[in-house]
Amino acid sequence: MSESLIEIEGLNFSYGQRPVLKGIDMMMGRGKVIAIMGGSGSGKTTLLRLIGGAVRPTSGYVKVAGEVVHKLKRDELFRMRRKMSMLFQFGALFTDLSVFDNVAFQMREHTDLPESMIRDLVLMKLQAVGLRGAHELMPGQLSGGMARRVALARSIALDPLLIMYDEPFTGLDPISLTVIGNLIRRLTDTLGMTSIIVTHDVQESLKIVDYVYFIADGVIAAHGTPDEVRRSVAPFVHQFVHGEEDGPVSFHYPARPYAQDLKLEGGFA
Amino acid sequence: MQRATMDLWVGLFVMAGIGALLVLALKVGNLGTYSASDSYQVTGNFENIGGLKVRAPVKSAGVVVGRVTDIQFSTETYDALVIMNIDSRYKFPKDTFASILTSGLIGEQYIGLAAGGDEAALKDGDTIMKTNSALVLEEMIGKFLFNKASEGSSSENSDKN
Amino acid sequence: MVLPKRIVAGIQSVGHRVIDSIWRLGYASRFFLLTLIKSGTSLRRFTLVIRELYFTGVQSLIIILMSGLFVGMVLGLQGFETLQRYGAESAVGTMVALSLLRELGPVVSALLFASRAGSAMTAEIGLMKATEQLAAMEMMAVDPIARVVAPRFWAGVISMPLLAALFSAIGVYGGYLVAVILIGVDEGSFWSQMQNAVDFHYDVVNGIIKTCVFGIAVTAIAVFEGYDAAPTAEGVSGATTRTVVTSSLAILGLDFILTSFMFRGMG
Repeated sequence: MSESLIEIEGLNFSYGQRPVLKGIDMMMGRGKVIAIMGGSGSGKTTLLRLIGGAVRPTSGYVKVAGEVVHKLKRDELFRMRRKMSMLFQFGALFTDLSVFDNVAFQMREHTDLPESMIRDLVLMKLQAVGLRGAHELMPGQLSGGMARRVALARSIALDPLLIMYDEPFTGLDPISLTVIGNLIRRLTDTLGMTSIIVTHDVQESLKIVDYVYFIADGVIAAHGTPDEVRRSVAPFVHQFVHGEEDGPVSFHYPARPYAQDLKLEGGFA
Repeated sequence: MQRATMDLWVGLFVMAGIGALLVLALKVGNLGTYSASDSYQVTGNFENIGGLKVRAPVKSAGVVVGRVTDIQFSTETYDALVIMNIDSRYKFPKDTFASILTSGLIGEQYIGLAAGGDEAALKDGDTIMKTNSALVLEEMIGKFLFNKASEGSSSENSDKN
Repeated sequence: MVLPKRIVAGIQSVGHRVIDSIWRLGYASRFFLLTLIKSGTSLRRFTLVIRELYFTGVQSLIIILMSGLFVGMVLGLQGFETLQRYGAESAVGTMVALSLLRELGPVVSALLFASRAGSAMTAEIGLMKATEQLAAMEMMAVDPIARVVAPRFWAGVISMPLLAALFSAIGVYGGYLVAVILIGVDEGSFWSQMQNAVDFHYDVVNGIIKTCVFGIAVTAIAVFEGYDAAPTAEGVSGATTRTVVTSSLAILGLDFILTSFMFRGMG
């Protein structure tokens, strides 16, 4: 089990009184691309934040590279965070810095590398995502897909062990979808990292991931390889993968009987 | 916005701000005209200081020669003790008269120094012996009325006689 | 005695609001302390502060200078109008200078600063929070308070006295323009009466102290509201409004407190 970069056991998390995650167990190996799927508000993003140590679990633990995240002290946590990166949904590029400065940000803050070396590294990272020519642009001048690619370049700036992607496929055109998907796979393989993708884009992610976890109502509803998932007959998985309108996740929001709302029964109001 | 241009503007801004502060201090205020360093301190006892306030000017022949720095009540002599700083350039004889005068009729009050004839000069820490208190308006009116009344009665008496 | 439900609920909600405000005040104070403690980066990498000085101070110059000029000119006009009735129009210089140095300079420039620079700071920080830039920074092990909040705070604290001095200075000049050039008050008596009446320690320094206090208050409120804003469009716009309102109240309240300490009357 030393192959696992991340071990999650008995993880519980609640926002005040509302339980978000209940008894989650997960194992994520090194060098793998893992997808975490589920409906909106199922707790996927919270899971990422727990791995990154931004929030503490109510009970249970998350172990990254053998260390329990919420037990780390501040400087230890900071050290651990330098080994992991997060790609936010819309890139979260620093709007007052250029593309170049965004990618160079972590290098300038955390290392003492000379500017000449930083310049070379930044251009290399941008080359990997195909945006070396855009290094002088400002984030406001980039399209959605380009911004996300720059954010990806920024995430790999210090060659992390782990990258977490929060909905990387949302709102992209078909070309950009393929580009991002391929980049994620290629970078994971080339750099030997682990990638965790939180998404509800089934088609794109099943093409590139090694393992899938489904989260519904705060628990793991199903998990398996992409092939297993595609063949699964479990109702929730089936509804999700095939995009069915009604199933375990019902179409109708809970409401009074229709006739009663239209005042057809029970006389006059 | 290039870093160099930004730095330039910020530098100009800070200089302009400090410049404004200096203008306010020197041209608008009175910082340049009064320096506390070259002065010597003298004191004077007054029966009544009237409306004299701390920082009131000390003038002689209408020229500002110093400032009142402190006003206290003396429990030894039961009158007012006024402490003032006089510019070191101006030496006054030991028998100088210090009076509390009013600028105009109802203006603010200041200390007027009238030099005497003594050869020895006042030194730091000396006391001015000859002082005239402030003219309190009510006392003046009271005196005036009293005088008028006694004049009237004495002329009455002389008339009777 | 049984109170009707509505009144009980009303009292409860008032109680909630008060406790919430007090809790928020505590949270804000803790945040303020954190900002001060983490100011080391701002000092070591002063370019960060300089950048913020540009956006806070330099870009507020136009509104401060124009307002100062107009306020000074109005003071000159109104002052002359009133003083003329008592034959004391040569004291208009004194009036303009003292009003500006003691009250209008610090207070009005602080209010303008809160509206222009303070709300901009709140919006900027709030927007960074809403677009997850602050979270991204945290994930990169860079403390957002040290890197984003503290430089803005110090820029505001440094800008404020400078802007107020410029406001007062140009205001005096505005009064001069109206009273001497336009109306014809004697130039000599304008300046000499002013110099006689304005005392450096009493008026100028007190004005500067007020300005520094206002600067700290306004900037602290601005950065806190930005950092605490809800990460949505309404959240940020609400935070900006709160900055302006809270800053204005704080300025006027502090002005009263400071004035009663400083200007108790000479002697």
